[in-house]
Amino acid sequence: MRIGIDVGGTNTDAVLLEGNTVLAANKSATSQDVTAGIIDTLDRLQAERSFDPGQVQAVMIGTTHFINALVEARRLAPTAALRLGLPATASLPPLVDWPQRLVDAVSGRSYLAHGGHEFDGRHIAELDEDELRRHAADMVAHGIRSVAISSVFSPVSNEFELRAAEILRSELGDDVAISLSHEIGRIGLLERENATIVNAALRELAASIVDGLAGAVAGHGIAAPLYLSQNDGTLMDVDFARRYPVATFASGPTNSMRGAALLSGLDTCAVVDVGGTTSDVGVLTHGFPREATTEVDVAGVRTNFRMPDVLSIGIGGGSLVASGTDNDVVTVGPRSVGYRLTEEALVFGGTTLTATDVAVAAGRAEIGSADAVAGLDPTLVKAALARVAADIADAVERMRTSPEPLPVVAVGGGSILLPDDLPGSLAVHRPDHFAVANAIGAAIAQVGGEVDRVYAIDPGRRDAVVDEARQEAVDRAVAAGADPAQVRIVDFDEVPIPYLPGNATRIRCKAVGDLRLGQS
Amino acid sequence: MTTLTAADLGALARGAAVLGTGGGGDPHIGRLLAEQALRVHGPVEIVSVDDLPDDACVLPVAMMGAPTVMVEKLPSADQIAIAVRTLAKYVGKTPTHIACIEAGGVNSTVPVIAAAQLGLPLVDGDGMGRAFPELQMVLPTLAGIEATPMSIVDEKGNRGVFDTISNAWAERLARSATVDMGCSAIVSLYAMTGAEVRASFVPGTLSQCLATGRAIDAARRTLRDPVAAVVDRLGGRMLHVGKVVDVQRRTTTGFARGDATVDGLDTSLGRLLVLRFQNEHLVAEIDGAAVTTTPDLIIVLDTESGEPITTEALRYGQRVSVLAAPSDERWHSPAGIELVGPRYFGYDLDPIRALETV
Repeated sequence: MRIGIDVGGTNTDAVLLEGNTVLAANKSATSQDVTAGIIDTLDRLQAERSFDPGQVQAVMIGTTHFINALVEARRLAPTAALRLGLPATASLPPLVDWPQRLVDAVSGRSYLAHGGHEFDGRHIAELDEDELRRHAADMVAHGIRSVAISSVFSPVSNEFELRAAEILRSELGDDVAISLSHEIGRIGLLERENATIVNAALRELAASIVDGLAGAVAGHGIAAPLYLSQNDGTLMDVDFARRYPVATFASGPTNSMRGAALLSGLDTCAVVDVGGTTSDVGVLTHGFPREATTEVDVAGVRTNFRMPDVLSIGIGGGSLVASGTDNDVVTVGPRSVGYRLTEEALVFGGTTLTATDVAVAAGRAEIGSADAVAGLDPTLVKAALARVAADIADAVERMRTSPEPLPVVAVGGGSILLPDDLPGSLAVHRPDHFAVANAIGAAIAQVGGEVDRVYAIDPGRRDAVVDEARQEAVDRAVAAGADPAQVRIVDFDEVPIPYLPGNATRIRCKAVGDLRLGQS
Repeated sequence: MTTLTAADLGALARGAAVLGTGGGGDPHIGRLLAEQALRVHGPVEIVSVDDLPDDACVLPVAMMGAPTVMVEKLPSADQIAIAVRTLAKYVGKTPTHIACIEAGGVNSTVPVIAAAQLGLPLVDGDGMGRAFPELQMVLPTLAGIEATPMSIVDEKGNRGVFDTISNAWAERLARSATVDMGCSAIVSLYAMTGAEVRASFVPGTLSQCLATGRAIDAARRTLRDPVAAVVDRLGGRMLHVGKVVDVQRRTTTGFARGDATVDGLDTSLGRLLVLRFQNEHLVAEIDGAAVTTTPDLIIVLDTESGEPITTEALRYGQRVSVLAAPSDERWHSPAGIELVGPRYFGYDLDPIRALETV
């Protein structure tokens, strides 16, 4: 048995799973006190379906605490950003593109030091240990409690980041948290560095939240290991979570998509979450969301986190329906009555024609008073629902990554707007329990490992280099706790780098496997 | 005379990426660097080609190497200014103006940084009117102007000067040095007098980039079609609208070579366009027949946002519009075609102009 809990800003969802079967599920308001909230959630699960805490093999928690702390700029530690790369990179020092408000919130101080690598692993400059000690003394003088270290091309070689961390630790003591960029981001210095600084600023909060979660689970008599969900739908253990809180940032949408896919029994599909104002469309390939290829702004900071690619369009249950004179040309959205649906929609006694009203009129759902929409022109109803279906189908089409047919999993309160088949012969699946899809997504998460690096490929060596990259991704997944017998490559991308002589190629490779569970 | 401020850089970078025809890399980093330089040193004065004194000493400056590397290994504090100073010292002259050698990616913003750091005005023009991958591929080559003496400077402080027997040799030697310098170097080359710039440059390129970038912004703000705005601005034509259904890339020395297939939608329904690229888009074929080739511009924009898409960023599923626009007329001379025509890049085709096959 395993337990999945998703702690959102508003609601906390929890499920008890045996294999892929939902034994119990509940939803409650998220409480201010994290520990008390988890205890309460576990009590509710226990009340719904009595279980022996000793039989629980793992507890997986997805949380929005850390991204919310950054967005609200609260509980952030005084942080230093140390970059190794001089004399290169001085044109844009660390924190240069951050909003001032956030720099102030982390009491941000930036330091440049010698070091860094070329794309092929040569040194730009040697590390200057005295220089690092001088920077460390300045950090002490300014009350820095957390440090982010970035080094040029550290995804190619991590040696300088590791050595600088040793030196800082010997100068600053073991209480100062140190975050290393090669463990957090990919190529793209500023974006990787930004993610690392954000991580550093969240380290103290991470320690307290993780302690709270672990205490709540242990307090319930559950001795099984605790894991947190990461952005890409894989898991990290609590020690990792203390060190890499930033890796939880986008776990919400990822868990939601993966949970919906599991409930529908599909592992390659589009997931359409139809809300009140918008529909969010994501695509899962072999159970994992496609990642956004563009940089992502979080609270005004540009980063290259591994975020799921989600397309939002302005169609939801509250979308306004407007028509021309002959009722066969209609528009649906993007304007919406939003949360006022239960006051303004016709079926709720209001005076605004919404998408929900036409769905009820067409007999797709029983919501409010069907009599209130009985008089709608059938031509209008048909045209409005056809417009919704065409727009959603178009969004799915845009998100596809290959020409193969793609089934659609519809979740969310507004999914009543969708027909059983979308244009383009896309079959629509509507799973049960979708209200707790987030928690299910957390509970079924796997463990992964990734490689993202530039390789100079000598003639005839391509296959060997590719094998090497794949093996390293697999090794990393196993090191993170994956069952070696289960690990497989789920994502492989090879892009030649333009304007470089020699066959320089950037290879990204991701391996995942089921969590190696102890028998209880 | 006008001035360029940090507020103009978004439009400049976007417009330059349009003229960059898929090459030049992600313009974001160049924009950040230029913003920082303008923040520290103040705005840069823009001078029209017509207003250049005949005896002006104009030093163009550019980044050479891989934009992907520059995104990781950022320039040192004054690397860009040092490249200009190194060349100035070798030729024994005091520079009076800075210029762009090409439009596209980081090379439209690197000269802005040099101008800011050195406190010199920037020429409103460039050597190509678009982007090409090799340093001899500029109109000054056609006018008999030599690329060298040229300086090449890395972020570690290494400085070199080449004085070569031809512009092709300059490309060859500088390319080797760039690799040893870590694949991202700053070069200053094609030192010219004001009269030579007037005779050999494409005038008004910066203004064109700014106007194109602003036209895209304005169209989006007023809910008009940003793609049509670019077509109007460049005097080009729409070739195709569709969805990217295939991208094939091949690893070959120094080039991101490949083909992308765009299945037609709307007005292009039933037609298939194939883009052939080597860093830049060089040939567009519809249903097997070439419709536009280098040296004219083949531009790929996101159909909805009008955002230019680089060849590295092309992905399955993107909705794109492909446009063609005329290049500078001098590129169509026999010498121009020999330098940058389809055969130079290995395509056995006669050049086809953007507006030829309407």
